[in-house]
Amino acid sequence: MIDRRKLLLGGAALALSGCKVFDSATAKDSALRQLFASHEGLTKATQRALIGDRLAPEFTEADIRQGQRPNGSTDPTSAAYRQMTETAFRDYRLTVTGLVDAPQSLSLADLTALPSRTQITRHDCVEGWSCIAKWQGVPLGDVLTLAQPKLTARYAVFHCFDAIERNLSGEVFYYESIDLIDAYHPQTILAYAMNGSPLPVANGAPLRLRVERQLGYKMAKYVHTIELTDTLAALGSGKGSYWADRGYEWYAGI
Amino acid sequence: MPQGPLVYRQRLLTRITHWVWAVSLFFLMLTGLQIFNAFPSLHIGLESGFDYDNAIFAITAREVEGEMQGITRILGAEFETTGILGISDGEVRAIPAALTIPSKTSLATGRMIHFFFAWVLVITLAVWLIASALNGHLRQLIPTLADLRALPQDLKDHARLRFHHGASYNVLQKLAYASVLFVALPLMILTGLSMSPGFNAAAPWLLDLFGGRQTARTIHFLTMVALIGFFVVHMAMILLAGPLNEMRSILTGWYRTDGGNHD
Repeated sequence: MIDRRKLLLGGAALALSGCKVFDSATAKDSALRQLFASHEGLTKATQRALIGDRLAPEFTEADIRQGQRPNGSTDPTSAAYRQMTETAFRDYRLTVTGLVDAPQSLSLADLTALPSRTQITRHDCVEGWSCIAKWQGVPLGDVLTLAQPKLTARYAVFHCFDAIERNLSGEVFYYESIDLIDAYHPQTILAYAMNGSPLPVANGAPLRLRVERQLGYKMAKYVHTIELTDTLAALGSGKGSYWADRGYEWYAGI
Repeated sequence: MPQGPLVYRQRLLTRITHWVWAVSLFFLMLTGLQIFNAFPSLHIGLESGFDYDNAIFAITAREVEGEMQGITRILGAEFETTGILGISDGEVRAIPAALTIPSKTSLATGRMIHFFFAWVLVITLAVWLIASALNGHLRQLIPTLADLRALPQDLKDHARLRFHHGASYNVLQKLAYASVLFVALPLMILTGLSMSPGFNAAAPWLLDLFGGRQTARTIHFLTMVALIGFFVVHMAMILLAGPLNEMRSILTGWYRTDGGNHD
C-alpha cells in the first residue's frame, strides 16, 4: 500500500516537475555531464580549423547606435582601485610576468605610446545580446613581445581588480585566460579607449581585454596583471577562468 | 484501416536518424528555451537595442500594485501572461521551469547540452544526407510533377481525413518532410552558427545573409516555433492515419498499405 502510494506521489511529482526529470543527468560530476561537455573540444578544434587567423567582422561608425552596455562588475570597490580612479589611473601599472624573459611594468602612458589598433566590433554576451562599439588599444601580441615569452608559455592569464564574488575564503577576483593563438591575433587588444573616450569605469577602466572571436566573458575588465603560464591547473578550480570554473566553456567561440 | 500487403518503407538508417533527431530536437528545444531565458527578447538588426527599440518580441515582468505580473510583448502589443510567461511558480522567469532543461536557471548547463545535441544533429543529418543521396531516398522526398498535379486532390482528401496508405509518401508528406529536412533544419543550423562569434570570422557573409546576429537569433527562435508546429501536425497525422501501422513503420520499417490498385 505504502509503496503504491509512494509510486503515485512520485508519479504526480514527476508530472508536476516537468523537466526536473533531466536535472540529475546534469549534476556536477555525472558521467552524462562529462559527455555533454565533450562538445567543447570538438567545437574548438573545428572553429580553429575553419577560422585560422581570420578577423572578426568589423563595422562602421554608423553602426554605433548606443553606448556599450556594461555587464558583470561595473564598479570595483577595492581601496587600491578606488584610489587610482581618483588620480585618473596615474599610478596604474600593468604587470607582465610568469614565463617571460623580460617582465614588464607598464604605465598607461607607456601603453598609449605604443602603436595602437582601433576596431569597431560587436560584443556578444553569453546571455544572448549584442552591442557594437569602437575600441582602441595596444595589440596584446606587441605587449607580450616586449616581455619575451619563454618557449614553454602556452596561455596568457589575466588577473583583475574586480572582486566578482565574496565567499568563505574571501573575495574572488575575476580571472580569465586565452591561449597564445588568440593572444597574438591582430584584433586581440588591451583597450584603453571606447567610442573615442578613455575607457569608462563601468566598461573596465583603465584597461580591458578584447578577444573579438569569443564571447564577452572572455574579455576581462580591470586587468592589472598578465601572467604567462604553461598550464591552467593552478588557477581557480583549474578550468582557466572564473566562468569556466562555473560550468561555462573556456573556449567561448560559440 | 489499410488491408493491403506489408511493404518495407523506411530503411534502417532512416529509422535510426529519425529517432536520433527526435531526441536531439527535444533537448535542443528545451535547452534553447533555457538559453532564451537569459535574455528573453528578440531583436531585428546587428545588435540588441538598449538605448533604442528594435525588439519584436519580449517577455518581462513588472510590479503592479504590489503584485508581480508577467508581460509578453509581440510587435508592440502587450499581453498579460502571469503564471506562464514572465512569472511562473512565483518566480520571475520568461519560460517556466517545466519547459526548460535543466528546470532551474542554469545558462551554462543549458548551453552545454544545446551544443552537444547540435553536434549530434549536424553529424547525423550529414550522414543521412550523403547516404540518402546515394541510395535514392532523397528522390523519394522531393515531390514530382505528378505529385504536384495531385496536390489539390491530396489536400481535399486530407481535409476529409481520408488517408491513402501507399508504399511511397503522398505529396503533402513529401512537402512536410522536405521542408523540415531541407529548409527548417538547415536554417536552424545556419542561424545558430551565425550567433557564434568564432564562426562569424569564418563566414561573415552568413551574417549579411540573415541581416545581422540579432536577426539571425530571431529567425532561430521563429524556426523553432515552426518546428513545434510541424511536430503537432506530425503527431495528429499519426493518430489519424492509424497509430499502430505508423509506429510499426518508423520502428521496423514495415508498413501496411491499402489494398486494391492504389500504390
